[in-house]
Amino acid sequence: MAAPFSAALSQIGPDSDVVVTSRVRLARNIAGLPFISRASNAVRLEVMRIVRRAVDHSVAQVSPEKREGLQWIELQNAPSRDRILLAERHLVSRHFAHSDGPRALALSHDEHASVMVNEEDHLRIQCLCAGSGLRDAFNAAFELEGALAESTSFSFHPRWGYLTACPTNVGCGIRLSSMLHLPGVVIMKEAERIKRAAADLHLAVRGYYGEGSEAIGDFYQFSNQTTLGAAEESLLENFHQVILPQIVGYEREARSAALDRHRARLEDFVLRSNALLNAARLLTADEATKHLSRIRLGSVLGIVKIELTTIQRLLLQVQPAHLSVVDPRATEGDEIEREVRASHVRGALAHPLTPPAQAE
Amino acid sequence: MKCDLCDKAAVVHEIIIRNGVSAEVHLCAEHAIAAGYPLPIEQPIADIFPQIAAVAKVEGAKGKERTARCGACGLTYPAFRKSGHLGCPACYDAFSPLLDQVIERAQAGATHHVGRSPRGGDSGASAERVFAMRAKLMRDLESAVAAEQYERAAKLRDELKTFDSPTS
Repeated sequence: MAAPFSAALSQIGPDSDVVVTSRVRLARNIAGLPFISRASNAVRLEVMRIVRRAVDHSVAQVSPEKREGLQWIELQNAPSRDRILLAERHLVSRHFAHSDGPRALALSHDEHASVMVNEEDHLRIQCLCAGSGLRDAFNAAFELEGALAESTSFSFHPRWGYLTACPTNVGCGIRLSSMLHLPGVVIMKEAERIKRAAADLHLAVRGYYGEGSEAIGDFYQFSNQTTLGAAEESLLENFHQVILPQIVGYEREARSAALDRHRARLEDFVLRSNALLNAARLLTADEATKHLSRIRLGSVLGIVKIELTTIQRLLLQVQPAHLSVVDPRATEGDEIEREVRASHVRGALAHPLTPPAQAE
Repeated sequence: MKCDLCDKAAVVHEIIIRNGVSAEVHLCAEHAIAAGYPLPIEQPIADIFPQIAAVAKVEGAKGKERTARCGACGLTYPAFRKSGHLGCPACYDAFSPLLDQVIERAQAGATHHVGRSPRGGDSGASAERVFAMRAKLMRDLESAVAAEQYERAAKLRDELKTFDSPTS
């Protein structure tokens, strides 16, 4: 497994005060093979063989600086901790991490580009970036898709476009999404309004770990729901230039309204969490995430002096599999895990302006 | 006599004897070709492919929500409605026009793709590719039988069956 902290999740990008990461995901299926729900193991292995060959072939196609290629991880043979690490880093869905059957992840060394093989579709090509930099992710995703298409053909229909296992993805097969940190909206009790507005704009709103997950720590994933009847460029334009700025603007307004009208409440909210994280001897992952979310807000608003990257890294490191990489004792039992987590958080916050040491 | 691998009528009948063990083989035109048998009546390959593609259309054209079935992968329309997942590329045509309405509703009224297309043009020669996949499994099955790897052969036969028969 690569160094755990190269992930976009721990980096800073445009609009990082609100947008944690953004992602462009393309769903593709190999022409002529049945989709995953009707695929025998032989078909899944055939898909993996075709994609692997295409991945190897694509290395020669992409720009020279990315030429080291993608590493190939077969999930059915990977240790469970590695699979959970990938899910915690949002590189695979939790469903994909835990499901059965031949399946793989092709992953670039900087972890920004990856291909899930045999998830809901044969290929899920995804490019991740820090902050709201969707344009870069968009270009990277199509560069990778184009390189893979050099040596394999994707299922395409003259009327419906790229065919996908679920008709909700048909057409462009593209999903644009951003993970947003919306504590201001939550404090101002506007979250339900935002969700309703999102539904009107044909956006899906999901929790921290995607489909079916809870919004832990006021992190929400927004993504487009329509993939048909508009070109990829205009879907990107609409999401990146119209929708995202609206939601980001809404959150910033909520934060400044909260600062104007309820400064003491806001400071109390942030500083209590900061005190708790500096004092706690036992912490669960959800509890740590919740309080780190609040000091993330405090950091952006200047209420606490802690680097955003420090908090981003901690948000990853408090997750169970990442914590066990930081300190293997975390696997020895529930209470030890919570103790190790609390101790790691205290240690990192004791030097809030230097990012925590990289652990392998 | 039905085909060993699907419900169609068998047109090729053979008894294979290897090392004193005999086995009967009954195959429809499609599977016979896949397994490399010559057809009893000279039937050009070109006649077979449109047939396979047509199966999806004919079965879908019945248009009945409860009976629509994809001829290529065997998925039924009710099974699709239950899972939300289609079985293969041919399902898109097999379940038209029922599916068209589902897509339009899910896609805010959009009825056609207007975005990018593959550089090589239309690559949706799907029936042929499904066919090729079956052909490979059939070849593997044959060689497994020849090598007396009966466990492997049984497994391959099962895989061919999941490929061919509906699960609902």
